[in-house]
Amino acid sequence: MNEFSATLLTFALGAYVAGMVGALLFQRAERLANVIGFGLATAGGVCGVISFASALATGAATVSRSFELFPSLIPYVRFSIHADALGCFFGLIISLLAVALSIYSLGYARGYYGHKNVGALAALFNALLLATTLVFLADHALFFLIAWEIMALSAYCLVSFEHEHEETRDAGVLYFVMSHIGTACLILGFLLLFQASGSYGFDSFHALGDNMPAGQRNAVFLLFLFGFGVKAGMVPLHIWLPAAHPVAPSNVSALMSGVLIKTGIYGMTRVFFDFMGAPPNWWGVTVLTIGTISAVLGVLFALMEHDLKRLLAYHSIENIGIILMGLGAALMFLHSGHPALASLALIAGLYHTINHAVFKALLFLGAGAILHATHTRNMEEMGGLIKRMPKTAVCFLIGAVAISALPPLNGFVSEWLTYQSLLQGFGTTTSLIRLMFPLSGAMLALTGALAAACFVKAFGITFLAQPRSEHARQAHEAPFTMLLGQGILTAACVFLGLFPALFLKLFDPLTQQLTGQQLSQQLSTANGLVLSGVAAHGGTVSTLGLTLMLLCLLPVPLVLCLLFARRSKTRIAPTWDCGQRGLTPQMEYTATGFSKPIRMIFKTLFRPHREVQREYDFSPYFATTIRFESHVEEVFQTRIYRPLKWLVLRASRRLRALQAGSLQAYLIYIFVTLLLLLLFAL
Amino acid sequence: MNLSPLALLLQTLLLLLLAPLLSGVIKNWKAKLQNRRGPPPWQVYFDIAKFLRKDMVISEHASWVFSFAPYVVFLTALLTGLMVPMINTPAPLSLFGGVLAVVGLLALGRFFLALGGLDPASAFGGMGSSREMTIAAIAEPALMLAIFTVAITAGSTDLSRIAESTQGATWKLLNPAHVLAFAALFIVLLAETGRIPVDNPATHLELTMIHEAMLLEYSGRYLAFMEWGASIKQLVLMTLLINVFFPIGLAGPGASAAAFGISLLAYLAKLLALSAAVVVVETTNAKMRLFRAPDLLSAAFVLATLALLSTFLFH
Repeated sequence: MNEFSATLLTFALGAYVAGMVGALLFQRAERLANVIGFGLATAGGVCGVISFASALATGAATVSRSFELFPSLIPYVRFSIHADALGCFFGLIISLLAVALSIYSLGYARGYYGHKNVGALAALFNALLLATTLVFLADHALFFLIAWEIMALSAYCLVSFEHEHEETRDAGVLYFVMSHIGTACLILGFLLLFQASGSYGFDSFHALGDNMPAGQRNAVFLLFLFGFGVKAGMVPLHIWLPAAHPVAPSNVSALMSGVLIKTGIYGMTRVFFDFMGAPPNWWGVTVLTIGTISAVLGVLFALMEHDLKRLLAYHSIENIGIILMGLGAALMFLHSGHPALASLALIAGLYHTINHAVFKALLFLGAGAILHATHTRNMEEMGGLIKRMPKTAVCFLIGAVAISALPPLNGFVSEWLTYQSLLQGFGTTTSLIRLMFPLSGAMLALTGALAAACFVKAFGITFLAQPRSEHARQAHEAPFTMLLGQGILTAACVFLGLFPALFLKLFDPLTQQLTGQQLSQQLSTANGLVLSGVAAHGGTVSTLGLTLMLLCLLPVPLVLCLLFARRSKTRIAPTWDCGQRGLTPQMEYTATGFSKPIRMIFKTLFRPHREVQREYDFSPYFATTIRFESHVEEVFQTRIYRPLKWLVLRASRRLRALQAGSLQAYLIYIFVTLLLLLLFAL
Repeated sequence: MNLSPLALLLQTLLLLLLAPLLSGVIKNWKAKLQNRRGPPPWQVYFDIAKFLRKDMVISEHASWVFSFAPYVVFLTALLTGLMVPMINTPAPLSLFGGVLAVVGLLALGRFFLALGGLDPASAFGGMGSSREMTIAAIAEPALMLAIFTVAITAGSTDLSRIAESTQGATWKLLNPAHVLAFAALFIVLLAETGRIPVDNPATHLELTMIHEAMLLEYSGRYLAFMEWGASIKQLVLMTLLINVFFPIGLAGPGASAAAFGISLLAYLAKLLALSAAVVVVETTNAKMRLFRAPDLLSAAFVLATLALLSTFLFH
């Protein structure tokens, strides 16, 4: 990172701080607070993108740079920043999203004028951006934890922004509790690392794992897996995610799903690849298994949702699973001594990280625009929006194609890389464990196909056919700033999909740092137009080539039309209605109906429950009114968390006996504790 | 590896012309086996020409997605065909993508097909889309796992490489991995091309149709492209099956004209044999209830897993 990038980075951080302060100062004048807050966040994002991208593009040797942010007044804490390749990569992701989301927010926040404090929203948004950027750059464990905590708290405030709804308050508290359980694990993990190295600086943790006893090392692994896993939303620690993401304002949902959960991925990559040295095999196996389970369960639960934002939130769990598959495979390859393959798997995981950030933020922005226009998140009340919001529809469709891992967009590219690393992983060992690679590949295929089904539902029910409610009929296109925000992310999806080889160059310093390999040369052939697997003749793909070929083949149907259909006419007519008079929106297929086959096939998981009440005059087949209710069991809540909650409550009821209010008893407790500590010290 | 325009052109023509004929042959043989006379094999050409000439009726609720879908379905099917070796081991576009791209492009076509089904606000279309996406989703792991088995053996996801590596001395008729993977892929083929026992291509009965339900609102040239696209997809999948598992007679790079002639004949013979198998399965089985189809496809998944295990055991 040269002088130029470092200056821009300080500008970016300064802009977030200024945005935070400015928005708070002018909170009485909400228009001004909106422009200042989100305007400065946009500026900060632009500075960040240029800074991080140029740092990564300069190559491996010069990328890292450390400096003290401000002198510390507290012992043990150093507020120092170390912008290395890994930090810069994640910094790039958040800066990119900061630009698009802040521009979008300029329009979105107008919806809050008059009844909510827009200044507070903008200030918290800036605080979240600042804290998250610092999480990626912090070079000191305590500074990291401080930034982590500011991030969690500002996210909590943003989730609870619309706190007049009970659902929002509950989700906020759940997020708060889960987040802090995770943080507790992180603190324990860092304390163990401190014990081994004698310092809190990240530089002293580098490859520390090799010098630690095995038991301690495994404890560190498990603590960080749990701690960061809560933040990432991996199964079974995910329950806060589908509750918290939907109730937040949509720009915040996009930021949370796009970047915030990626801080967990950042932390895992940092600790497992940078700190822990050569990993034992079971680490990789664990991460790969958790990733596979998260991917499949995430998409299955997403399919059951008809709340558009909850559906998207569940897809975040799925995509975190796909990212973890890459990371887990990379750990396994590091164990078996294949650094090139480990780099490939790591690139696959991290490429999916940025891809998911881009398309998930895009989809949440689309959902926000729909919420803005129809005032509902329930897909069953939408429909026909493609005619009322044509531009949002195009952006959402592109996002949907990308997240379903369909060529030629970016989701396909990163999943292709994941498939390649999994397939080549088969040859790295001779033990039975290698069957895991193709089997998780098959589960990835299942995930991709289910995601496609889910987004056919999400796009089809929301945007196509007839409007299902008065709200949907009255919908209007989003204002320009909201469209611009979506447009930037749509362009990023297309760019990341069509020109992956250009982007893969940015991974060179990163893989050099973590695995000692640079792969961008081997990953691209034909002047960077074709992506190729690392092994010789392992397989190639060119999304750009496929797109161009599709365009080259387009004359075939067009010429056929010219030859045959020159005189044919097109008539607009009602849809076939089986001879009844007129189709009504009630006759359309619903989101619940669309996912019914999946619900039935996986009924052991969902335990679907439905209740039908009919009122009829003379025969049950001619009902006058029908009441239908259907829901699926939230397995993790009912089977794991609710019993756990009762256990905790019962235990605390028992413990209440200790707090009897008698001073003598408390003195005895203190005395006994003191004695025990003295004995322990001896 | 470079792109040869001639090979590209020839394979495009072969795909366009052979696909309807293959559908016609299957229909004809099926009729024969059921003691009917049946339409002549070339009837499908006339159907397509007729559809192309016909006027179109488009639903008042439909949006641009409805008109966009036929082109996507048709073009993606055609493009996947160019990445599969037909009569020559190096497929014309194998540089642009291997088997993962083939599966991805077919999924892209299906995505838009299903959206086209939902667009006209008809309950039939929605039902078809829902079922199509479900069947595809549960067929996908079996498809991928069976492909992985051969891809791992060949060390590549490039279909030309896979065909080359199965060719020659190492090819055995009863290689257990290949037999099991072939069986798995054959079941997936039936599901993906909408054949009995999963779907019935001849039905227009409201409650049983899947593929036809999505096409219900299509007419004229859009219907022509949809039908043609479906038959190209069927040809591509069948080609994939025969040339990956039975690459006998497949001409290598730079073969003579005579070798290409033999290769073409061998290809047609294999294609007809596989069609005969499909016809026999279609006539001797009844269509399953929708919720029985997962059993069949999980059987395919188990077969593919066994194929994978057997590469492990017999190495």
